[in-house]
Amino acid sequence: MTATAQPSANELGRSRKRKEDARLISGRTRWTDNISLPGMVHLAVLRSPVAHATIGSIEVEAAKQAPGVAAVFTGRDFADEQGSLPCAWPISSDMVAPQAPSLAVDRVNFAGEAVAVVAARSAAEAHDALELIEVDFDDLPVVLDMEAALADGADLVHPEQGTNRNALWVFDSAEVGTGGDVEDAIRDASDNGVVVRRRFRQQRLVPAFMEPRSVVMDPTGEQLTLWSATQVPHILRVMIAMTLGVPEHKVRVIAPDVGGGFGGKLQVTPEEIITFLVAQRLGKPAKWTESRSESLVSGHHGRDQIQDITICASRDGTVTGLKVELMADMGAYLRLVSPGIPILGAFMYNAIYKIPAYHFACTNVFTTKTPTDAYRGAGRPEATFAIERIMDELAVELGMEPLELRERNWIKHEEFPFTTVSTLTYDSGNYEAATARAKELFGYDGLRAEQRRRREAGDPVQLGIGISTFTEMCGLAPSRVLGSLSYAAGGWEHASIRMLPTGKVEVVTGSSPHGQGHETAWSQIVSDQLGVGFDDVEVLHGDTQSSHKGMDSYGSRSLTVGGIAVVKAAEKVVDKARKVAAHMLEASEDDLEYDRGRFTVRGTDKGTTVADVALAVFAAHDLPDGVEASLDSDATFDPENFSFPHGTHLCATEVDTETGHVTIRSYVCVDDVGTVVNPLIVEGQIHGGLAQGIAQALFEEAVYDEAGTLITGTLADYLVPSAVDLPNFVTDRTETPSTTNPLGVKGVGEAGTIASTPAVVNAVIDSVRHLGVRDVEMPCSPQTVWRAINAAQGRAKSVSEGYTDTAAGGGLGSVDASGGAR
Amino acid sequence: MTRIAVTVDGVKYADEVEPRMLLVHYLREQVGKTGTVVGCDTSNCGACTVHLDGRSVKSCSILAVQADGSEVTTIEGLAREGQLHPVQQAFHDNHALQCGFCTPGMIMQSIDLLGDNPDPDDAAVREGLEGNLCRCTGYQNIVKAVRDAADMMSSGAGPAAERVSPSSVAGGGR
Repeated sequence: MTATAQPSANELGRSRKRKEDARLISGRTRWTDNISLPGMVHLAVLRSPVAHATIGSIEVEAAKQAPGVAAVFTGRDFADEQGSLPCAWPISSDMVAPQAPSLAVDRVNFAGEAVAVVAARSAAEAHDALELIEVDFDDLPVVLDMEAALADGADLVHPEQGTNRNALWVFDSAEVGTGGDVEDAIRDASDNGVVVRRRFRQQRLVPAFMEPRSVVMDPTGEQLTLWSATQVPHILRVMIAMTLGVPEHKVRVIAPDVGGGFGGKLQVTPEEIITFLVAQRLGKPAKWTESRSESLVSGHHGRDQIQDITICASRDGTVTGLKVELMADMGAYLRLVSPGIPILGAFMYNAIYKIPAYHFACTNVFTTKTPTDAYRGAGRPEATFAIERIMDELAVELGMEPLELRERNWIKHEEFPFTTVSTLTYDSGNYEAATARAKELFGYDGLRAEQRRRREAGDPVQLGIGISTFTEMCGLAPSRVLGSLSYAAGGWEHASIRMLPTGKVEVVTGSSPHGQGHETAWSQIVSDQLGVGFDDVEVLHGDTQSSHKGMDSYGSRSLTVGGIAVVKAAEKVVDKARKVAAHMLEASEDDLEYDRGRFTVRGTDKGTTVADVALAVFAAHDLPDGVEASLDSDATFDPENFSFPHGTHLCATEVDTETGHVTIRSYVCVDDVGTVVNPLIVEGQIHGGLAQGIAQALFEEAVYDEAGTLITGTLADYLVPSAVDLPNFVTDRTETPSTTNPLGVKGVGEAGTIASTPAVVNAVIDSVRHLGVRDVEMPCSPQTVWRAINAAQGRAKSVSEGYTDTAAGGGLGSVDASGGAR
Repeated sequence: MTRIAVTVDGVKYADEVEPRMLLVHYLREQVGKTGTVVGCDTSNCGACTVHLDGRSVKSCSILAVQADGSEVTTIEGLAREGQLHPVQQAFHDNHALQCGFCTPGMIMQSIDLLGDNPDPDDAAVREGLEGNLCRCTGYQNIVKAVRDAADMMSSGAGPAAERVSPSSVAGGGR
C-alpha cells in the first residue's frame, strides 16, 4: 500500500550512522553566517579596550561618513529600548543584579564590552569604519581578584550597588535535616580522626565552540525573523519579547546548523539584541558574525571558582563530613544563568559517597572580567574535581589505597534508590561493576607495580595513576526542582508527531541540536515506537515556526527529557490509531495487541499497521463515531527526577621530572549512561567530553593581565588541544537502566568532561607525590609542574633542616601554599 | 580592484577583487562556496582548509589574488558523479564529526596528508592534522576515519563500488 519499509530489528541500541552527516561532509551546510538576504547590511561591533571606565564622548561622525556605511549606533542611541539582558536565575531574593545593557551606555565593565556598532554594505567596510570611532574612556580601578573584591573598602565594579557580592547561597544538612552538623564532625575528627583542608582553583575557561557566533535579523516580513547560532532558539524568542517589549507572536527565531555550543551558546547575547535593534531601525536585514578574537573576549566564559574544601573521616577511612566554601566569579554582569552555575554543583560535592554531614556555601562575586555562565558540565565538573581530588588527599593522609577509600564510602548497588545528604534521590547505579571493569581494562595492578619499580629506580620520568569515580545530575528538568531553586522557567520538553498519509512520519522536537545527532537518535526511537523505517522519519527542530514549543538543548537533557517527550507523543499516536484499527478490523479495542507498529487481533492472523491506519485516517471515509481525522499527537514531558550517569575513569600519566612535561600514557573510562539509543553517538560524546575535561587539566586557561585585559585572546594563545595533544581513549560501558523514564536512558553529553579533569590531575600529582608535591594547579603545564616539583624539593630540604609543616591535615593547598605552584 | 581568473571545483571564474580580500572570503562571498568556513582569525583552526593546485592551504592565510591562475578544490568539489570521496565516506562511517563545522577543513587536510603518506599510523595522522582543531570529537574517530580512508584508497582494497580511481581523487595521485 505504501512504500514504507518495515524495520527488521530493534533500532534502540543500533550504531546507526548519522543522518546529519550527508550535508556536513559535503559542504551543503546552513550556518548562520552563510545566510545572505537582499539589501542586507553587515555589522561590526566596537569593543572596549579597557576593563573599567566611564564613557565620555563618543565621536562617530567620521565613521558615518566612511564608504558604504549605513549607520552607526552607540549605547545612548539604544538606551531607551535595549532593556537589560536577562538573568533567568535569581538564586536568592536579595541577589544583586546590576543593569546589563547590550551596548554600554555610560560605563564599560569589562574589556571586550560592546560600545558601538557600525552597519555597512560589507563586513570589511563596517570593520574599516570602526577605526574611525573615537571614544573617550575615563579609567576606573579594575577589580580582578575575588578575595580582594570582597574585602571592606574594595573598589567596586558597580559602585551604585555598594558591593561586589552578587549573592550568598547556602545548604546545610543539619538545617535541612538530611544529615548532621559538619562543624561537629570536623571537631570530632580533629580529635579522633583525620581532617584534610585544601584550596583548589578552577581556572577560567572559554567554551571555544568551533563555529563563531553569528546573527541575522530580517525585519521585512510580518514576523521579525532572527537566525542565530544558538543552543536555545525557544528561550531566545521569549527573552527577546520580554527584554525588548516586542510581541512574542511577531518574533520567529531559527537556529539553523549550529557548530557546537558546550554551553557557550546557551545565552541571550548582547549581539543578538544589537542586531535585532539595528535591523529594526534600518528596516533592512542585518548580519553580525564575530571573529574568533571577539568570541574569546566577549562570549561568556566558564568555571572560575576558588574552592575551599574540608573533609573529615575516621581513622578507618569512613568519611564523616564535608564542608565546601566557594567563591565564584560572575565577571562583570549576570548573563542568562550565571549565578546558578556554581549552585548546580551544590548537589554533587557528596558525589557517589555516603556522607553524613555536609555544608555548602557559595559566594558569587563581580569582577571587571568577561561574564561567566554555562560551560560543559556547569558547576558539576567543579564539584567532581574537588571531591575526587580531596579523596586522593584523604587517602594519602590515611595511608589507604585511593580506590579502597572510595569503595569504603560509596553507595553500594543494592542500596539504590538512595537519597543523598544534599537531598537528591539517585535512582540507580552500580559503582562496583564500572570500577571492576575499568580496573581490568586499565591493568591497574600492573601499572601500580610499574610505578613502584620506577620510583625505586629513580627514573627521571615518573608514572602516576589518577582516579575519578564520578556521578552527575543531568537531564536538567524537573520543573518542580528548578522552581525550588528559583529558576525562572520550567524544565519540560515538547514533541509532536505528524503521521503523513503515505506512512512517513514528521517528528517535531523542542530540543535544539548543535552536533548531538538528534535527527538520527529521534528517528531510531520513533522507528521502534511506530514500526516505521528509520529513513521514513524526518526530524524537525530549531525553528520556532515549525517547532513552536521547546526548552532547547543543554545540561544533557535532550534525550532524557526531549527524547522521552517523543516517546510520549508516539504513545498518543498509537492510542489514537488503536481506535481506528479496531474499527477497521471489526474487533474490540481490548482484543487488539500492539507491537512496534502492528495491531493484531488476539488469537487471529488479522492485523493492520499504524501506517495503514494513517492512510485510512487521511481518507476519513469510515472513521468510528467521534474520532477526529488525525493521528497527530503532542506531548510535553516533565520528568520526576534528574538522571544520574556515573562511571570510573582511570588515567596514567608520565611526568618528566626534569622538564615538567606530562604525557597521558593511558586513559580508560567505563561509563554507565543507562540504556543506549545509539552506541556510536554515545562513544563520540564521551570522547569529546574527555577532550574538554583533559584540556582543563593540562592546557586551557583564560588569563588576564593586571589591567584586566584578556591575554589569551586568540586561538594561538588559548590552547584548545589538537590531535597531537590527546591520547587514544579506551572506553567501555556498563548499563544500569534509569528507573525514572520509560527508555531507561541517562544523559551523556557532559559525563566525559565532568569525570576526566580530576582523573588527570590526580595522576599528575600521583606521578610526583613521592617528590613532596601535594598539589599542582590547573592547567598542569610543563612550567607549572616543574615549579611544583622544584618548590617541593626546596621544601623537603627545609624540612630536613628543621622546618616543620604545621598543617597536619594537609596544607592550605594550591593557591598560596608552598605545596602548589602556578 | 584586481582582476583574477580562478578555477574553483572545476568551474572557471573571472572576477574583480579587492587586493586585501582573503581567499576564504572570495570563495564564500563571491563564488558562493559556503561549504568552506571561517573558524578563527589567526590561522590556528584550519576550518577554512582548501586545496590550491592540489595542496592544502588555509584559505584565510592567503589572498584571493594569490590564487590567480590557480585551481581551487573545496569540500563541495570532492564528490564525483554523486559518489563521495573515500575520505568523506570514512568520516561518515566512523562518526568522525559531530557539529561538522571543522569537517570541511579536516577532510581537505586529511586528503592532503594521505597524498603525502598513503598508509599513516595513528601518530602520523595526528601529526598531519595538528593544524586543524575540532572541539567535538576528541579526534579519536577522525584518526580512525583517516586510516579507514587510507585502506579504502589503497590499491586493491575494499569493494570496487567504494573505490575512486586515484586520478579522480583530489590529492590522491601525487
